[in-house]
Amino acid sequence: MTAAAPTKTPHETQYEAVIGLETHCQLSTNTKIFSNSSTEFGATPNTNIDPICMGLPGVLPVLNQKVLEYAVKLGLALNCQIAPYSKFDRKQYFYPDLPKNYQISQFDLPIAEHGWLEIELIDDDGNPQRKRIGVTRAHMEEDAGKLVHAGSDRLAGSTHSLVDYNRAGVPLLEIVSEPDIRSGREAAEYGQEIRRIVRYLGVCDGNMQEGSMRCDVNISIRPVGQEKFGTKVEIKNMNSFSAIARAIDYEIERQTQAIETGSETIVQETRLWDENLQCTKSMRSKEGSSDYRYFPEPDLTPLEVPAEQVQGWKAELPELPREKRHRYQEELGLSAYDTRVLTEDVDVTAYFDAALTAGADVKQAANWVMGDLTAYAKEQKLSFADLALTPETLAELIGLIADGTISGKIAKEVLPELLEKGGSAKELVESKGLIQISDEGELEAIIDKLLADNPDKVEQYRAGKTKLQGFFVGQVMKATSGRADPKLTNKLLVPKLKG
Amino acid sequence: MASIRELHQQLVSKARSARELTQETLQRIDATEPKLRSFLHLTADSAIARAEAVDAKIASGEDIGILEGIPIAIKDNMCTRGVPTTCASKILENYIPPYDATVVEKLSAAGAVSVGKTNLDEFAMGSSTENSAYQVTGNPWDTDRVPGGSSGGSAAAVAAGQCVVATGSDTGGSIRQPASFCGVVGLKPTYGLVSRYGLVAYASSLDQIGPFARTVEDAAIFLEALAGYDSKDSTSLKGDVPNYAAALESETIANLHGDKLKIGVIQETFGEGLDAEVDGAVKAALKVYEELGAEVEMVSCPTFRYGLPTYYVIAPSEASANLARYDGVRYGARAEAAENLIGMYAETRARGFGAEVKRRIAIGTYALSSGYYDAYYLKAQKVRTLICQDFKNAFAQYDVLVSPTSPTTAFKAGEKTDDPLSMYLSDLMTIPVNLAGLPSLSLPCGFDRQGLPIGLQIIGNVLQETKLLQVAQRYEQASEWHTKAPSL
Repeated sequence: MTAAAPTKTPHETQYEAVIGLETHCQLSTNTKIFSNSSTEFGATPNTNIDPICMGLPGVLPVLNQKVLEYAVKLGLALNCQIAPYSKFDRKQYFYPDLPKNYQISQFDLPIAEHGWLEIELIDDDGNPQRKRIGVTRAHMEEDAGKLVHAGSDRLAGSTHSLVDYNRAGVPLLEIVSEPDIRSGREAAEYGQEIRRIVRYLGVCDGNMQEGSMRCDVNISIRPVGQEKFGTKVEIKNMNSFSAIARAIDYEIERQTQAIETGSETIVQETRLWDENLQCTKSMRSKEGSSDYRYFPEPDLTPLEVPAEQVQGWKAELPELPREKRHRYQEELGLSAYDTRVLTEDVDVTAYFDAALTAGADVKQAANWVMGDLTAYAKEQKLSFADLALTPETLAELIGLIADGTISGKIAKEVLPELLEKGGSAKELVESKGLIQISDEGELEAIIDKLLADNPDKVEQYRAGKTKLQGFFVGQVMKATSGRADPKLTNKLLVPKLKG
Repeated sequence: MASIRELHQQLVSKARSARELTQETLQRIDATEPKLRSFLHLTADSAIARAEAVDAKIASGEDIGILEGIPIAIKDNMCTRGVPTTCASKILENYIPPYDATVVEKLSAAGAVSVGKTNLDEFAMGSSTENSAYQVTGNPWDTDRVPGGSSGGSAAAVAAGQCVVATGSDTGGSIRQPASFCGVVGLKPTYGLVSRYGLVAYASSLDQIGPFARTVEDAAIFLEALAGYDSKDSTSLKGDVPNYAAALESETIANLHGDKLKIGVIQETFGEGLDAEVDGAVKAALKVYEELGAEVEMVSCPTFRYGLPTYYVIAPSEASANLARYDGVRYGARAEAAENLIGMYAETRARGFGAEVKRRIAIGTYALSSGYYDAYYLKAQKVRTLICQDFKNAFAQYDVLVSPTSPTTAFKAGEKTDDPLSMYLSDLMTIPVNLAGLPSLSLPCGFDRQGLPIGLQIIGNVLQETKLLQVAQRYEQASEWHTKAPSL
């Protein structure tokens, strides 16, 4: 890979980037937005289709009520105002992947507006840096089909094109941010926060590789202190959050150099991120932007979502990532880093919370979840929701260590079996005879015998070779198959050694 | 020509079999079709098969529904599974839908026997059925004249006894104006009463399916079969369908003002451009109503005259989007020789659409363009609201409103084809009703000196189809126009 990015040079003027994101989230309903075909990804081309999504003569759209529910819930999670009166519009343009040659979308009255989300970056000292990014609007629309160019992997050079309409009519929510983002890192974090939110809500799987979440970036730069925006460039084709960050950083540098050196003029255009060459490339000029001839969709009645319905859906919202982060840090005392790890995955955070509810110690639970459990889940390619070891059992295991029933070492020993088979931690250690020996009399008898059997070592110890304490502890552990309470063992052993 | 009820009695009493009835109908079509050209496709085989199924049911002693075994026709802009649905357009030549329109499904379920698909103006755009890409339909009363449009095929077929009843669709008068021209009853229901699912869209906010029949009662029976909420149409109205035919048996009409029926005559529909004989026939009909005890008054609907320009912004705007799907990509005709995608689109549509369709797509595309939207589409929507308000005011005072259905009787084929504006004017009186979404029917109220039928338009308030039919039937019972049949 060649890094074609312009190398950074110090600039005299300080510039800042003004960045806004348009994020398309595919809502994870079973059926399409206006018809009953399946939305399943990866099916044989043109099998998940029906007269409606194919735009056959005479068909009419009927809104999938699940789409409305998901859109409102996502709008609420983005702190938006839900429009009491909203409508659909037709966005008109001809393209073979668009069956009706218009897309049913929302133009001037979107379902949700005026929201925000909070991003949290961790600075070099490990402290959380929080920032609110405005959400201009979120609107529902239908996806188009997919063109496959044959004879070449690009449109240019292809001999013919095939169309797969499986995706036509899949429900999307387009989320438009305010131009509040200032860096690639912030943009990537904004995208990740949306992904967390949609996954917490269960309204979108957030999979960027399969295209169920797509981010387009609008970016311009201006001298720090200037009010007016510079010329805006749109960047598409990033299929990971790190690609978003890299594309933006590249573009900031390209635009800064263009202005500083006058090497090129920044024009309003769409650029594509080239993952191989790590640079953006001009795709098409946006000057004289397309006229989509929007008008209200006459086949759908305006949407009036009753306030009680909105309240009902609001009541169903889970604790959201931002709320969780604040609680973990401010109430549970977890570090920003641990919080980030624990809140990234909705199943992990649910698991962690359930363990706490079952009485587990916060720090212990965090360590087990982030450590052994995550390692196991990763290795087995399991979701935390599918672990045989329940959060209650984890809490039980942690409790057994805390009350001295077993040692941490024993806990680690029984963990693989618990992870694999589940069941009660206590029953397992009992059945295996692994319960710690904390009986003073029993331990004393063992120690006394040991000292009697090794008079030479005792003598050496008393002559100053105190390192031999380790030998005796080891022998106690050996005699008890590791079940001796290590603290108590030391407490009883030392006075006897010293005589 | 027998009514639905008479035919039903004949079937039930085994005086006639459904097969005989269907065969006689098909023979009548064979005999008259060379002159009329009402049908684009005949479905003789399936009609016979359906009729035989009805006969088998009767033979086994089962009860049959009122429409079972009754020969009907379907306008060719309603989708029929396995049967061509062309909208009289080259772009849908040989297009066979994989599904039935809701009304087609309902009529099948009701046991009606469809004999074929009727001719229309291409995509229901026109007032004479001359915009059909395939054939010109003759008016049964004078085959050199047009049957009106866009549902000219259905109107002619019903008038000529090629079927008992037929479906039509009405966006600006496409049921009522041809009903008037062909001397039959045609009803455009309240917007949303009949499902539009499977009706190939022209202007979605105005399109409505309704019946053609030779009598008010037949129209009532047929409407009942067509109407009803459909979850596949978001603009469909919820609520039970009234028993329209039973309501016609009732002695009383639920009037606004006690026992007197109050009829408002729309002042703006009388005057310049109105044929004197039409004027005379309509006024004579009003006299009949007065004699029947109704109170008849002139009422002004000042925005009525804005109907036509408003319609010719809204309908083409919606049409320009609705017809965008005919691009040669997935179905229908495709121009194969094009060099690239844009060329394929352009060539397919240039060859596939007729002049009137292209004209309306161009008008609509223009009206919705950035910079023109507010001046045209948005303004038209505002005027539409005013027109609704005018009707609302009128219905606060009157039970029904009446007017001539069309300013003239049927004109000669070719007379107006080069003059779209003059053609548009024949829908002057019907268009505002669609803009307001109201129910309205046309029924025969006389003939001019050339023997051409004249239609009376009666407009009702929202969902008052029952009253509309009752009011129409009072006149029908006091007149004999409906008993006359074209000689052919």
